[in-house]
Amino acid sequence: MSKFIEIQDLIFAYTDESGMAKCNAIDNVSFTVEKGSFLAVIGKNGSGKSTLAKNINALLLPTSGTVLVGGFSTKDEDHTWDIRQRAGMVFQNPDNQIVSAIVEDDVAFGPENLGIEPEVIRERVDRALENVNMGAYKKKAPHLLSGGQKQRIAIAGAVAMRPECIIFDEPTAMLDPSGRREVLDIIEELHKDGITIILITHFMEEAARAERIIVMDDGKIEMDGSPKDIFEDTEKIRALSLDVPPATELAGRLRAKGIDMGEIVVDEDDLIDRLTGSGK
Amino acid sequence: MIRDITLGQYYRGESFIHDLDPRTKIVCTLVYIIMLFIAGTFWGLAFSALCLGVTVAVSKVPPAFIFRGLKPVFLIILFTFVLNMFMYDGKIIFELGFLHVTEEGLHKAFFMAARLILLIIGSSLLTLTTRPIGLTDGIESLLKPLNKIGVPSHELAMMMTIALRFIPTLLEETDKIMKAQQARGADFETGNIFSRARKLIPILVPLFISAFRIAQDMAMAMEARCYRGGEGRTRMNGMKMTAKDGVAWILIVLFAAALICERILLA
Repeated sequence: MSKFIEIQDLIFAYTDESGMAKCNAIDNVSFTVEKGSFLAVIGKNGSGKSTLAKNINALLLPTSGTVLVGGFSTKDEDHTWDIRQRAGMVFQNPDNQIVSAIVEDDVAFGPENLGIEPEVIRERVDRALENVNMGAYKKKAPHLLSGGQKQRIAIAGAVAMRPECIIFDEPTAMLDPSGRREVLDIIEELHKDGITIILITHFMEEAARAERIIVMDDGKIEMDGSPKDIFEDTEKIRALSLDVPPATELAGRLRAKGIDMGEIVVDEDDLIDRLTGSGK
Repeated sequence: MIRDITLGQYYRGESFIHDLDPRTKIVCTLVYIIMLFIAGTFWGLAFSALCLGVTVAVSKVPPAFIFRGLKPVFLIILFTFVLNMFMYDGKIIFELGFLHVTEEGLHKAFFMAARLILLIIGSSLLTLTTRPIGLTDGIESLLKPLNKIGVPSHELAMMMTIALRFIPTLLEETDKIMKAQQARGADFETGNIFSRARKLIPILVPLFISAFRIAQDMAMAMEARCYRGGEGRTRMNGMKMTAKDGVAWILIVLFAAALICERILLA
């Protein structure tokens, strides 16, 4: 697999009104993301995870260091639009990212900006809405939809641009549990279709569904590994003011009671398998 | 409740009028309004009313919707009527103190009121049969020639589109802020009009702040989706003139010609 995103020594500092740099929101971060992989980024509030996402999409430019997306540096202004087309983005608040008062017009917004032929846009919009199971709603007004549905429209808007990677910046933070499930299922679906996924989240059980997790704290990468590696180290996770997924928590407590749970579990299905399979 | 508000006053339907290109409808409405001012006699207005009546019938918009549009301007029509009634000298019909109603005044008053009513029905027919998005697209396309002299047609249309999109969002936001303040004892219902207006200030301030926050989020989301102004942008639902538009263009030209003849021959 080739590398899609390469981040080298990235430092990013927000500046105040006078142009003075405040403390580094991202402090010397380097990592790469393989094409077609599913990466989750977790960390407490203010750990720099959203800032990191905006750096990948060229919405913010590095104070120092480089961010390469599909081989283009985000500092290279000639390729800003190439980068944004290849690395789509879905934000936290579904209301504040929908442009049009008709669902299908909103999904068409991105492709229209790319200057694509109307017939091709029509085809892409229909396909994207099918992908998020919202085909039946294409003539509806977004403000009449539920949060989960709106967020699916926002995802369709990103998908219609045919990106290679989609960055989700806490897409489920404002949704109810059923909305969260809908959105997560679609993210996994997109990953299966070969799109590189970067999921920034507060929810550990969502992160557990990724192939790899990066834990950020205070602008630095504290941990980087598979969900099992990360949640194995429960103490370190707790020390970073985070939690382990409920399934891991339960398995850990059972283990403490002396029940043989085998190796670390990170999701509910694993836990159920372990509990029923062991025959106890 | 607040979520159910309709945007603009579009009446969903299928008719010859609904199918017309927004540009055709905007231009026809403008021509119609200009012609109402060209008309010099009751005959001209009667003919205009007849044509409008036929158009309304073809559009299949229920008359109740049409007349609802008149309600908010009823006072203005009444005011115009009364003012005109007293303002003209001529053959006095009756006197009321220093006020006198003349035949010419009464004639003029009826004429003005009829013109206003037709004008309002004509323009509300445009908004009743055209989607708000169609209207903004139509305005953008019609203003495009003015780009050369610095009229930002695309930006204006984009602003209108986003404004339409955010009307319900901001209403919800207002509702939320009011509820939050009521929960802490704010009282919006009692007091005279001035004290009530003053109580709105604590709503407006957070509303503005939240509107700015939404705008910032929105700008970022639009940039992330490669928005870079109108240049090089395509549209999924491009507007297309059809044979129906041709018919509408011919009819409006005939209508204009008829009213110009009326002005020259009768007035």
